[in-house]
Amino acid sequence: MSEVRLNGVSKSFGSHAAISTMSMDIPDGSFVVLLGPTGAGKTTTLRLIAGLEAPDAGDIMIAGRSILRDSPAERNVAMVFQQYSLYPHLTVRDNLAFPLRSPMLRTPEAEIARKVATVAEVLRIPHKLDNKATNLSGGEMQRVAIGRALVRSPSIFLMDEPLSSLDAKLRADLRVELKRIQADLGATFLYVTHDQIEAMTMATHVGVLDAGHLVQFGTPREIYENPANLYVAGRLGLPRINALPAGLFPGAPPGAATIGLRPEHIAQGDGQPARVVRVEHLGDQTRLHLSLEGHEVTTLTDPHSALTAGDTVAIHPRAALYFDASGARLA
Amino acid sequence: MAQIVIKDLRKEFGAFTAVQSSSFTIEDGEFFMLLGPSGCGKTTTLRMIAGLELPSSGQIWIDGEEVAQKPASQRDIAFVFQMFALYPHFNVRRNISYPLISQGMPKAQVAAKVAEVAQILGITDILDRPVGGLSGGDRQRVALGRAIVRDPKAFMMDEPLGALDAEFREHMSLELRALHDRMGATTVYVTHDQLEAMQMGDKIVVMNHGVIEQFGRPQDIYDKPATMFVAEFIGSPCMNLMRFDGQIEAGATQVTLANVPLTIPRQHDGLSGPMAFGIRPEHIQLNTDGAFRAEVRATEYLGTTQIVTLKTTQGEVKARTGSEHRIAAGDSVGLGFDARTVTLFDATSGHAVRSDLNAGVLQHV
Repeated sequence: MSEVRLNGVSKSFGSHAAISTMSMDIPDGSFVVLLGPTGAGKTTTLRLIAGLEAPDAGDIMIAGRSILRDSPAERNVAMVFQQYSLYPHLTVRDNLAFPLRSPMLRTPEAEIARKVATVAEVLRIPHKLDNKATNLSGGEMQRVAIGRALVRSPSIFLMDEPLSSLDAKLRADLRVELKRIQADLGATFLYVTHDQIEAMTMATHVGVLDAGHLVQFGTPREIYENPANLYVAGRLGLPRINALPAGLFPGAPPGAATIGLRPEHIAQGDGQPARVVRVEHLGDQTRLHLSLEGHEVTTLTDPHSALTAGDTVAIHPRAALYFDASGARLA
Repeated sequence: MAQIVIKDLRKEFGAFTAVQSSSFTIEDGEFFMLLGPSGCGKTTTLRMIAGLELPSSGQIWIDGEEVAQKPASQRDIAFVFQMFALYPHFNVRRNISYPLISQGMPKAQVAAKVAEVAQILGITDILDRPVGGLSGGDRQRVALGRAIVRDPKAFMMDEPLGALDAEFREHMSLELRALHDRMGATTVYVTHDQLEAMQMGDKIVVMNHGVIEQFGRPQDIYDKPATMFVAEFIGSPCMNLMRFDGQIEAGATQVTLANVPLTIPRQHDGLSGPMAFGIRPEHIQLNTDGAFRAEVRATEYLGTTQIVTLKTTQGEVKARTGSEHRIAAGDSVGLGFDARTVTLFDATSGHAVRSDLNAGVLQHV
């Protein structure tokens, strides 16, 4: 078992608080994605667990034992970075075997061969084992980099935006791959990204970070359907949730300052008249950019909608989220 | 303001043919997208229109004048690059006014013109700021301002949003399109991002290996792809192409895949041999007892919808369904296909077979 637990962890750099009293349980075998914009504290969290930074306060435990006194090497964590750094002069096989040949581990050669073969199978690169590392495509290189972490069977994999330097198509393929690999191995992943699609599609649990604070932790469905505040509501969903004055539509609960309407939660036909500003035909869906009493509203409609700019369409909420003046969720 | 007509345009670099033989028309006031993967010839085409490259053969008509062999300076076109280069030692005002000053325009007129452009772009308040401290968006606006200020006949843009992060790109693409709608100037825009092309363009040319694969309105290209390349390049996830060997007669309304008869739009031409059955992910329904079977490999939650990856006898297929359907890897499901939306392809040539669905669109190719 390798449950990872953060308990009231804080870390400042000078006067800048990068992480503020963060508590989080990463269950054994889970795929946890930390989501947040640049500067939210995602990478710092990884580095604290890896032992590359020391917390100012709080405790970090793996399998029930504090690891704060352990050196990075003793923590048995594996880190995969955004920029895959392979040894260019070595073959794929030797790149994968490298961590096992560390003098600290002293793995027998037969064992190394067995592990490398298993990992190559999982990554679907057994036919590339004798290629030079530089003789691979970008996606294959990143898979080898992940493989180098996999051979060690660490208690947790820490991944820092490993897909962000790949092109869109490859990223989509590797999302499915990574999730399959994690599920097949039953490994524990902590993965940080600013890409909401990665968070929604891969995670068993998403942690949403806002300026060093963990503001919500739950399944992707919980976070999407039941956001704790307006900030979280805006992190998931494309096009973004419409945040409008609560009084724009009837039925707001007392204390509501903002009504949050996801584009797909706006119905057409009756309600408030809105002016069509622009129609975008994206193929599988059509986006309507509307102007409602001076507020921009984005909604979705039928791909073959005949609406054009200048038309008027009546809209009303189908499923609304309400927030108070501080942004906290009301209903 | 100008109509741009491209006729039999060709460009060779030594033995390499960058653009084979392109012909298309950009109507006055259109926002026109040149779309394709890197190396497809889209940037070369743009540079030829702008006069930064001279074509090996063919004609370019701008506003009724044939300009193919004329230098850029005689074409009255403004170019906006991906890396918006501003003069770092000038402030915003001087950056924008520079093209006018170098044309020798009187000072009062320059001031009026710059004020007008700043107004359009919403940057009046930063005119006296140095460009060094500006945000990415403001730098982009200044670069646009420098292009707009000359009132050129047309704008050429080479992936102007390519260097921006996803969220900001979304914002700038809306802003750019709104600017276009206000000014109505003919714009030719190069991108490799299919979503950007669909989102912003009035018309799209899809290029691959120097050849135009399809030319038309975004929704038509999405619904009625002319080639397998277009089917796979447009859409995320892209159109599923299930390959099979078969035979159809002209007038056929059915094909048989994995021993299951499937209804398709009436075909206008006959075909036999390797084919592909093209269906978009959102036009596949999952059911319990359908005859066409598949095994669920993975699901990807996307909020209201989810992408389901399926294993079929015809290879991997992706479906988009509502996320209220709880589906798990390992489930066995039946697949239903929305018959009206199917495109059949000749897998040897890659071309779509003409049918009741696409005949109106394919005639233009």
